[in-house]
Order: sequence, then C-alpha cells, then structure tokens
Amino acid sequence: MTLVLDILTVVAVSAGVFFFLAGTVGLLRFPDSLSRLHALTKADNLGLGLVVLGLLPRADGPFGALKLIAVWLLAQLAGATVTQLLARAARTAEPQE
Amino acid sequence: MTLELVFDIGLAALVLTVATWTLLARETTAAVIGFVAYGLLLTLVWVRLAAVDVALTEAAIGSGMTGVLLLTAAARLRATEAVANAEQPGATLRVVAALLCVSVFAGLAGIVLLLPEPGPTLAPQAAANLGSTGLGNAVTAVLLSFRAIDTLLETVVLLLALLGVWSLAPDRVWGGRPGPQGNVQRDGVLVFLAQLLPPVGIVVAIHLFWVGADAPGGKFQAATILAAMWILAQQAGLTDAPPVDRRWLRLVLVAGPAAFLAVGFLGFAAAGAFLAYPAGYAKPLILFIEAALMPSIAATLALLVAGPPARTEPP
Amino acid sequence: MNTATLFGVVAAALVALGLYGLIVHPQPLRKILAFNLLGGGMFLIFGVVARRGAAAGMGGDPVPQALVITGLVVAFSATALAVALVVRLFEETGRAILRSDVSTTEREVDGES
Repeated sequence: MTLVLDILTVVAVSAGVFFFLAGTVGLLRFPDSLSRLHALTKADNLGLGLVVLGLLPRADGPFGALKLIAVWLLAQLAGATVTQLLARAARTAEPQE
Repeated sequence: MTLELVFDIGLAALVLTVATWTLLARETTAAVIGFVAYGLLLTLVWVRLAAVDVALTEAAIGSGMTGVLLLTAAARLRATEAVANAEQPGATLRVVAALLCVSVFAGLAGIVLLLPEPGPTLAPQAAANLGSTGLGNAVTAVLLSFRAIDTLLETVVLLLALLGVWSLAPDRVWGGRPGPQGNVQRDGVLVFLAQLLPPVGIVVAIHLFWVGADAPGGKFQAATILAAMWILAQQAGLTDAPPVDRRWLRLVLVAGPAAFLAVGFLGFAAAGAFLAYPAGYAKPLILFIEAALMPSIAATLALLVAGPPARTEPP
Repeated sequence: MNTATLFGVVAAALVALGLYGLIVHPQPLRKILAFNLLGGGMFLIFGVVARRGAAAGMGGDPVPQALVITGLVVAFSATALAVALVVRLFEETGRAILRSDVSTTEREVDGES
C-alpha cells in the first residue's frame, strides 16, 4: 500500500512540476501580457493542485491534508484575483489590442 | 553528494540570482518584485536550516509586509526615476565598492568556514528549562520567557517607529487619515477578495497564535496576517484608514506593550525580578501577554505600512 | 560541505551584494532595498550559527532564532520609517536624491510646515 502511495506521490508531483515548467515556458515565449497571464494561471493552478494531490498521502492526519487543500484553494483565489487585476492594468496600458 | 545537498545548491543558486537581479533591475518596481521573490526563497532557506518560526516570520514580515511597503513607495516615487537614473556613480566608486564588498564577502565566508566544530549552543539549557514555562515550542519560550525583555523592547521599538512615521505629517494634516483615498469599485475583483479573505485570515491568524505555544507559530506571524487583512480591506476601499488622533486607535496600539510592562512590574511583587513569572503561572501569563500584544502589533504593522497622515476629514 | 556551511557562504555573498547596492545606487529607495538584502544575509548567518547548534533533540539553537525574529521585526520598522522619510523628502523638495547640495530654500518661502 505504501508503495502505491509513494508511486502516486512521485507521479503527481512530477506531473505538477511539468505543468509549472509549461507555465514558465509560456511566460517566456508568449508575445503579450494577457496570453502570458493566461498560461501562468492555468498551468500554475493545475500544477499546484497536482503537487498537493501528490503530497496528500504524506500529510500528517486528516487535518494536515485539509491544510494542504486549503493552501491550494487560497493560492487559486489569490492567483485568480491578481491575474484579473494585472490583466485589467495591462489592458488599459496597451489599448492597441 | 546527497539529494538534499543538490536541492540546497539549487536553492542557493536561485537566491543569489534573484538577489543579483534585484540589484541590477532598471525600474524600482521590478526590483521590489524581485525582492519579494527573494524573501520567499529565503523562507525556503530558513526551512532548510530547521528554523520554521523564522521562516514564517520572514515570509510574513520580511517579504510580505516589506514588499507592500516598498511597492507603494515605488509607485509614489515613480516621478523621480528618470532624474535619479541619470546620476549613475562613476567607475571609481564602483570599483572601490566592489573591492570593499569582495573583502567583506571573504571575511564573512572565512568566519563561516572557520566556525568552531561542534558549535556552541544554548539548546540544552533551553530544553532543560522548557518545562518551567509550560510551552512546547522552544523559540516561543525564548521570546516570551527567557529573553522576554527583548520582546518587550521590540514592541516599544515598533511603537516608536510608528511615532516617527506619524511625526512626518505636514502641519495641515496633523492627526488625519494616512494614505490616499481608496477607490471603491463596488463589483471589483479586489472587493470580492477583500470580502472573502479576511474571515479566513482571522481564523488562520488565531490558529497560528494558539499553535505557537507548542509548534512553530506565534503572535508575530499571526499579527502580520491580521495586519495584512486590514490592509487588504483598506486597499479595496471597504474600510478607510482611521484618523491617527482617535483615542480608540491609540488605546489599541498601547494596550499590548502596556500589558507586557504591567506583567513585568508585577514580576517584582510576585517573583522578585522584572518580568519574572511566578511558578505555575508562566503559561497563563505568557498567553495573556501574547493575546494582548497581538492586536497592538497588528495595528502597528498596518499603520506603519499606511504611512504618515495625508488627508483630514472634511469639516 | 553541509547545508549550514553552504548557506553561510551564500549569506556572506548576500551581505556583500547588499553592501554594494547600498553604496552604488543613487536612489534612496534602492538603497533601502539593498539594505534589506544585506539584512537578510546577516540574519542567515545567525541562522547558520543556530543550525550548527542543533542539540537536545531540537533542529537548531532556539536563542539565535528568537534573535532573528526580533531582528526581522525591527528591520521592518526601520524600513517603514526610512520609506516614510524618503516619501516626505520627495513631497517637500520634488526630488528623492540624497545629495548635500540640494537646496531647501525654495520651500522656505511658502512657510510649508
């Protein structure tokens, strides 16, 4: 059972890291702010979710698991809000869309 | 070369890269964002050094609060960027400064590499006396029992810094509200966040404060979260910064250090020395001091970020 | 070369970088930023000393860690005061430069504060 959980951890965390990497590649390669923000939010939220999923078997008790999920939810909330604000600022700064 | 050391080397390289980028960035706003990232990477370094309380404080105050402070200042000072950037120092100053910094680096690195092995430590004494405080977290015990006078002086220093910031107000807005008028967008995303997050933040802060007795946490980190929630509400326009001459505000600010001082002077009567706790009453007294300090420190931190008074009430 | 020594050398480098930024940057706000970098490095050296004092079942010596927590808060309050001073200087003279030949006589005329 622990072997299955360890494999789950490794696979999920690796997939999460891959998504983070994809988001960073999007940040570096996309042409303008809005598409970069899009790449970052999508990839980073999914990446963090996969990392949290992979760390759930290693959390200490149900309370620790709940804390990990709360971290993911809070990061999503903060990320979504900041992305909206940045996109609005980028939109008003580059009106030639 | 264990896996942990590989991770540490990667982390160290990242910290140095971000620090160098912060120094070399052209715009101040970019440099401040680099500084916030540097603070978060330092948080990871603190966790690697097995200092989780310090990691929490670094993330909250060192990176978060200082970042907000510097970002608002950079926004206000944006008009001076062009003028200041035109005055780059000459090559002589750069070379001399570089030589000085290389020698400082060599000296400090030499000291670090020549530290005595095994390192001298007070951990055994702290562990031996931990039982008398009733706490499980050694750092909290050091902060509030063994070196409580340092914490008392630190809260007073926070208040003095706030007095210094307030004294920078021009005469015509003396005692007014700090900071510019927030613009309220009734359905804005920031307003949504500012309505959703403070209850969560308050719960997390109280949890951090309570858990700090036996696990990493404590009142500084909790107070920073409370201050951040208040700053968020102010920036979303949900609440305005209070005028600094209000009596309730000044009472809240002073209540924490005053309670700490009162417990200190009571120590003369109860246990024979300043800030001595009578046997068996250590943990309740420590919790009382922490609970009194938390709102004061939160208000002080939020007001330090808000700045000196800048506008008065319309008559 | 263990974790603590590695981060000790990194901390020394951070102190040197912060000192360089403090000396070389003309803008006061960048100087404050560099000062905070320097502070972070100094606190890390405390952390290295604390880590090397791991004993009695604890991961690190708690006394330097408590000193660093105090230091972080005091550094923040000093930064807040310094930033307020720089912003006030800008509001008074229209410039945020620390040069000794910046005249304030242009402001004495309006009887400002």
